[in-house]
Amino acid sequence: MTKAMSSKKTILLLAATVAVYAIIRTLVTTEVINPYWQRVLDLALITTMGALGLSLIYGFTGQFSLGHAAFFGLGAYASGALDKTIGQGELPMFILSLFFGAAVAGFVALLIGLPILRLRSDYLGIATLGFGIIVKVAMDNSSKFLPILGGATGMSGTPQVANFDWVFLFTVLVIVLVRNFVFSTYGRACTSVREDEIAADVMGINTTRIKVMAFVLGCSLAGLAGGMYAHRYPFLHPSSFDFLKSFDFLLVVVLGGLGSLTGTVITAIAWVFLLEGLRFVLGETFIEFRGVIYALILIVAIILRPQGIFGGRELGLLVPRPLGTLVGRKDGVNADSRT
Amino acid sequence: MVSMPILALESLDKTFGGLKAVSDFDMTLEKGEIVGLIGPNGAGKTTVFNMISGIYKPSAGKITFLGRDITGMAPYMVCQGGIARTFQNIRLFKGNTVLDNVMTIYHPRADYGLFDAFFRTPRFRRKEAAIMEEAMELLDALGLGDRAHDKAMNLPYGAQRRLEMARALAGKPALLLLDEPAAGMNPVEVVKMVELIKYVKEKYNLTVLLIEHQMGMVMRLCERLVVMDFGQIIATGLPAEIRNNPVVLEAYLGKGATVA
Repeated sequence: MTKAMSSKKTILLLAATVAVYAIIRTLVTTEVINPYWQRVLDLALITTMGALGLSLIYGFTGQFSLGHAAFFGLGAYASGALDKTIGQGELPMFILSLFFGAAVAGFVALLIGLPILRLRSDYLGIATLGFGIIVKVAMDNSSKFLPILGGATGMSGTPQVANFDWVFLFTVLVIVLVRNFVFSTYGRACTSVREDEIAADVMGINTTRIKVMAFVLGCSLAGLAGGMYAHRYPFLHPSSFDFLKSFDFLLVVVLGGLGSLTGTVITAIAWVFLLEGLRFVLGETFIEFRGVIYALILIVAIILRPQGIFGGRELGLLVPRPLGTLVGRKDGVNADSRT
Repeated sequence: MVSMPILALESLDKTFGGLKAVSDFDMTLEKGEIVGLIGPNGAGKTTVFNMISGIYKPSAGKITFLGRDITGMAPYMVCQGGIARTFQNIRLFKGNTVLDNVMTIYHPRADYGLFDAFFRTPRFRRKEAAIMEEAMELLDALGLGDRAHDKAMNLPYGAQRRLEMARALAGKPALLLLDEPAAGMNPVEVVKMVELIKYVKEKYNLTVLLIEHQMGMVMRLCERLVVMDFGQIIATGLPAEIRNNPVVLEAYLGKGATVA
């Protein structure tokens, strides 16, 4: 039964994934993509994983978080430090430390989320803003309690095991798992909280539980992405995980459109390439103007498309086929437009 | 056999700072009744609803539902216990589809875990299919089947009210609280709403408590009325009695008013 149900769409999705992978690999071997742009591409995919986490928290559940990069950083440092200590580039240690990074970020999110998310409204934004600063200060001074973390001079020495294949594989996995979550009863509970928290509560949804679940899950994804980052870029520095980086994630989620996975994925990739592209367009002398350009892009985008680029819509490929039958009902065929 | 009331409110009080919104409120509902809670604006009707559904904790008093003390219980627990409600100012999950609005309510009974959801296991597929079937059935029953994939906010006003009712029914409640279900409707729509309430009450075997301003509707629908003013019950009785009760007329129309 499962086979029959795993429809054309799953096959199509699989085919698309393989095709994208094959194209990129071909471009790499033919040196159309040089190692520099390969690194940018990997960063884009890592950013996508992290941004999908924030998409769950803010885009789907409506909980405003300003500290996403702190969880990304926690994951990076935890995962990097673990592998640096126990591993020498073995695969099992790499995988283990990835999950360790995700678990640390998720656990810290649970500790923050449990008291804060009982409250309605935007306290989470304030709490996570504060948390981001705490994490940055802790990282800057980390060498005082754990010399391995390097403190303000940064940390290096994590085995660089993550290549494009791993990053790609994990990104696809994360996209599929997040999609499956969103198109389940959990996803519906999340969006109901976003749409009207009081109504959701009165209609039988344990809103605190759902908010904590989304927050922990989203932060774990940031941690996972961070762990991948630590295994792909040899040098971790506290300034890579500060408030501006959190703002990057937020921007991706908002620009892509709240409540759209497609929007988050495409915007995350486009954003990283745009930032790198600006390096070339502006040249070394004017590189500082990047900040001005992002602000302008944000302002123009919000004026022209306040609902974001995708405005809650999804690419048909990312929408699973409905499992119930809608036979004989008007409109029943076109179930793809979960708009 | 002594029949136990489905809902019993005993000397409920609710104060906001110095304001007594509801005081010493007593009421019981028997299974299968349709009771109207009426009274002028600001009488405290919605406050009573909010206390029953757990949005407000009563300052004093006790709420018993099906023999269980539910005073001060969290709203989602009250709902899972069997009390569903609609809102005076419609509160749908506006940006979600009509179908998702209803399917959301099956969350506490979805009967599959995170693992099933992440990996779309056979169990997940079976349960999801069942939820969707039931939700569609409910939408069809309320005449919303062909709007299943529209966003809730794009429905016309009357249909939004029906969707709120569908969403409430999805929780398989024993008691349905309707807060001004006919607010803002024209006379034709009001008649339809009366028919709809009677229909769902029979079909889903419900007890109904409703707040309403439109006397026409209350008279046609309710078996018994409770009239509130300034947070207190000022009269109870059959619709016909209430219509001519001088205390009620005074509350609504001012001192010295009579029915012409």
